[in-house]
Amino acid sequence: MITLTRHRLFWPVVVLVVLLLGNLLEKPDFFAIRIQDGHLYGSVIDILRFGAPLMLVALGMTLVIATGGIDLSVGSVVAIAGAVACLHISKQPDQNAIGGVLIAVVMALGAALLFGAFNGIMVSRIGIQPIIATLILMVAGRGIAQLIMDGQIITINSTPYKWIGAGWLFTLPAAVLIALAMIAVTALIMRRSALGLLLESVGGNAEASRLVGIQSRSLVLLVYAICGLCAGLAGLMISSNVSSADGNNAGLLIELDAILAVVIGGTALTGGRFSIGGTVIGALVIQTLSTTVYTLGVPPETTLIFKAVVVTIVCLLQSPAFRRKVFGRWGPRRTPPASGSAPSEPTNVKVPA
Amino acid sequence: MPDPQPILQMKGITKEFPGVTALADVDFRLFPGEVHALMGENGAGKSTLIKVLTGVYQAEAGEAVLAGERVHFSSPLKAQQAGVSTVYQEVNLCPNLSVAENIFIGREPRLFGLINNYPEMRRRARELLARVELDIDVTAPLASYSLAIQQLIAIVRAVDISAKVVILDEPTSSLDTGEVAQLFRVMRRLKEDGVALLFVSHFLEQIYEISDRMTILRNGRLVGEWRTSELSRIELVSRMIGTELSVLEALEEQPKRELAALERQEPFLQAAQVGKTGLVAPFDLAIHRGEVVGLAGLLGSGRTEVARLIFGADRAESGTVTIDGTPLSVKTPRTAIGRNIAFCPENRKTEGLVEDLTVRENIILAMQAARGWLRPVPARRRDELVGKYIEALSIRPANPEALVRNLSGGNQQKVLLARWLITQPKLLILDEPTRGIDVGAKAEIQRLVVSLAEEGMSVLFISAELEEVLRLSHKVGVLRDRRLVAELANDESLTADRIMQTIASGEGGAA
Ligand SMILES: Nc1ncnc2c1ncn2[C@@H]1O[C@H](COP(=O)(O)OP(=O)(O)OP(=O)(O)O)[C@@H](O)[C@H]1O
Ligand SMILES: [Mg+2]
Repeated sequence: MITLTRHRLFWPVVVLVVLLLGNLLEKPDFFAIRIQDGHLYGSVIDILRFGAPLMLVALGMTLVIATGGIDLSVGSVVAIAGAVACLHISKQPDQNAIGGVLIAVVMALGAALLFGAFNGIMVSRIGIQPIIATLILMVAGRGIAQLIMDGQIITINSTPYKWIGAGWLFTLPAAVLIALAMIAVTALIMRRSALGLLLESVGGNAEASRLVGIQSRSLVLLVYAICGLCAGLAGLMISSNVSSADGNNAGLLIELDAILAVVIGGTALTGGRFSIGGTVIGALVIQTLSTTVYTLGVPPETTLIFKAVVVTIVCLLQSPAFRRKVFGRWGPRRTPPASGSAPSEPTNVKVPA
Repeated sequence: MPDPQPILQMKGITKEFPGVTALADVDFRLFPGEVHALMGENGAGKSTLIKVLTGVYQAEAGEAVLAGERVHFSSPLKAQQAGVSTVYQEVNLCPNLSVAENIFIGREPRLFGLINNYPEMRRRARELLARVELDIDVTAPLASYSLAIQQLIAIVRAVDISAKVVILDEPTSSLDTGEVAQLFRVMRRLKEDGVALLFVSHFLEQIYEISDRMTILRNGRLVGEWRTSELSRIELVSRMIGTELSVLEALEEQPKRELAALERQEPFLQAAQVGKTGLVAPFDLAIHRGEVVGLAGLLGSGRTEVARLIFGADRAESGTVTIDGTPLSVKTPRTAIGRNIAFCPENRKTEGLVEDLTVRENIILAMQAARGWLRPVPARRRDELVGKYIEALSIRPANPEALVRNLSGGNQQKVLLARWLITQPKLLILDEPTRGIDVGAKAEIQRLVVSLAEEGMSVLFISAELEEVLRLSHKVGVLRDRRLVAELANDESLTADRIMQTIASGEGGAA
C-alpha cells in the first residue's frame, strides 16, 4: 500500500477514477458501451476519441518539457496542419480520391515538422529562450494559417479524410488507435534507444550534459520537430472531425491543456525526468473533466472555474509537502511529545573523564 | 572547560529513508563556546543528522532540546529564527543575485518597511565581509566568485543570522590553506563569543586543529563522544571505519615516482601556448603516457582553467593541443572525449551529476553520450559495468536504482569518477577528486590513480591538498595568478614547502 501511494502515477490515476465515478452518479449508464454497426459507442469511448488530439499534443509537449523547454506554438501548428491538408484536398477534382488525401496528409505533417524544427533551431542554435522562441510561432502561426486559406474557412467533403478523425477501425475510433500507436512508438523509442536518458540528462543538468559530450543541440532540435509533428497529426484529426479548417479557432488554447496534462502526469516543468504514461493519464483527466462538465450539467459560464479547481486539486495532491500537511497521519509517524521531562544526561554517550 | 549545560541536546534520533536507515537512535549534544566535530565515513549520516536538526527532514523518532526548550523545527527557516544556522556542503545560495542580496535574502533592510534599502544593505554586507577579511564587490552576482568565496559568503550569512548554533557541513572541502586559516579565525572568534559550532570535515588535520570535542557516527549509529585531545588519529579512524584497518598505512608516504623513464617517450598530450584572456595566460604542458601530472596553486590561480581549456570546456583563444602527435582543435568537450580524454569537474552538483537520475544512469552517461542515442549500451553490459564500479569504488548504497540526489556527498563524487572510468580514457583529468571523501575512500582513490597510471593511463590531478599532489604526481605544475609559473619534477628535493615558496615567489626555482 505504501509503495502504491508512492508511485508517481498514483494520484493522477486516483483523480481520473474519481472523476469517472462522479459521472456515474449523474449518469448511471456512464460506463455502458454499445455496439452498433460493428462500432463501439459510449461515454468512455467518447472521452478517448475526443481526447486523442490532446494526447498527441501532450506527448510532444512532454518531450520538449523534459529538455527544460516549452512549446507554446502547438495550437498554431494544429491550425496550420489542418489548413494545409484541407486546402490541398479542396483543390482536388475528386475529394474522395485516396491519393490526393494521402498527399495532403504528408504535406500537412511535413509542414508541421518544419515548423517544429524552426522552433528547435531558434532554441538550440540561436539560443532564444523556449517560451519566447515558440511564442513567435504561436502568434505568427495563426496568421500563416489564415494566409494559406486566404482568410476563409475551408470546408471539404472527403470520406477518406474524414476517417482520420471520425472513422473506425477494429470497432474502435481510428483517432484513438492513431494516437495510441504514436504514443507506443514514441515510448518505445525513448526507452529502447538512449534518447530518453539523454533528454532527461539535458533537462536535468544542461552544463553537466555538455561536459559529458551529449550533443544537446541536435537532441533539442529533434524534440521540437517531434513536438511539431505530433501537433500536426492532432491538427489533422481536429480538422478531419469537422471536415473543415478554421485558422482562428482550431487548436485554440490546446497548448495550455497539453502543458497541464504533462504536469498532472508528473513531469516537472523544470525538465529532467518525464513520464509518457503520466502524460496520457493527464490528458485523459483533462478530457474527462470536459465531459464531466457536460454530464453534471455545470453551467457553461462556470466550466472554466470548475476545471481550474480540479486541476488545482490534482497539483496539490502531487505535492508531498501538501499531503503531509493535510493527511499528516498518512505520512511518516512522528513520536508524540513526551511528558515534559527536563532534559537529562544521555545515557549511552561515552565521555571519557 | 565548557560550561556544563549543553545548548543543544538531541536524543534517540531515528531517520529512515525508503530502504535505508540513515540514523538509528542517535544522541548528540553541543556546548556553547565549543567547536564540535561530527565524524564518520561517507554516508554515515552526518548530513542527515544536521538536516533533522534544522528541519529539512522530519525524524521518525527522537527529540531535540535547544537552550532548555524542546524544539521541533518544521523548516530550516524556523530553525534559523530560533538561532540555528547552517552552511551546507554545497553552497545553497542564489547564483544570480548579488553578494549583498544573498547575505540578506529574506531579511533585507527596508526603507519605511517597504522597499529594499540597497545602500544600507551594501554597507552592512561590506562590513560583515570585512570581519572575515574579505574585500570584494558586493554588488557583483554571487556566481562571479569562486566556490571558496561563495562558501565564505554563505558562512558570513549564517553567522550574521544566528547567534546560538552555527553548523558547518564540510565548509572547507573547497577552500585552500589560506582560506581555511581565515575560516578558522572566524570560527575561533565566534567560539569566544559563546557560539556553539558544529563542524564536519574529512580533513583530520583540520579536526585536530579546531575542534574541542567530537561525536563519531558509523552506519547511522552513534559510536560515542570524545574530547579531541583524548582520541588519537588512529583511534579516531578505526572507530569511524569500525575495524583496525590498514588504510592508514596507505596514507604513509609512497616512494617518489620515477619520472625519467616516462619522459623519454613522446608525450600523449602536448599543449603549446594554449590560453585564453581572463582565464589563464598561454601555457605549455606535456603529459606522457602513464604519467600523473599534478597542478598546484591557490584557489583561483587557474588550476581548474588549465584543465577546462585542455578538455574544451572553455574554448582556448590561442595555442594548439597535440594528441599522440596529431594536432587536435579541441572546440567542445565532445571532441576531447572523442580523443579519450575524460574530465571530472570540481563542482559536482552544477557541472557533474544529473541529480534526478539514478546512480546507474549517471554512471553510464558518458559512455552513452559517446555512442549517441541510437546505440544504447546493451542492458546486460551496462548492468555489468555499473555493478563492477559500484563494487570497485564501494559506492553506498550499492543500489544502481538509487537517485543520485539522495546519495551522501562522498558517494556522489564516486559516481562521477565511475562515470569516466568506464569509458577507459587515456587521459583522466581529475579536478579535486577527493573533495568531501572520507579518509578510507580517499586512500582508495589515491591508490586507484597510481594503479591506473601504472597501467598506462595519463592523469592530470588537481588538488588543493599539496600532500596529495606530492604523493601521486610525477611532476607538478605550479600556478600563480592565472599563469603556469613552474613545472617541477617530483624528486627527493621537492617538498610541500618548496611548492609553497614557488607559489609565493612565482619563480620556477631549480627544476
Ligand atoms: N533523501 C534521501 N533519500 C534516501 N536516502 C538518503 C537521503 N538522504 C540521505 N540518504 C542516505 O542516508 C545515508 C546517510 O547520508 P548522509 O548524507 O547523512 O551521509 P554523510 O555522513 O553526510 O556522508 P558524506 O560524508 O559523504 O557527506 C546515506 O546512505 C544516504 O544515501
Ligand atoms: Mg554529508
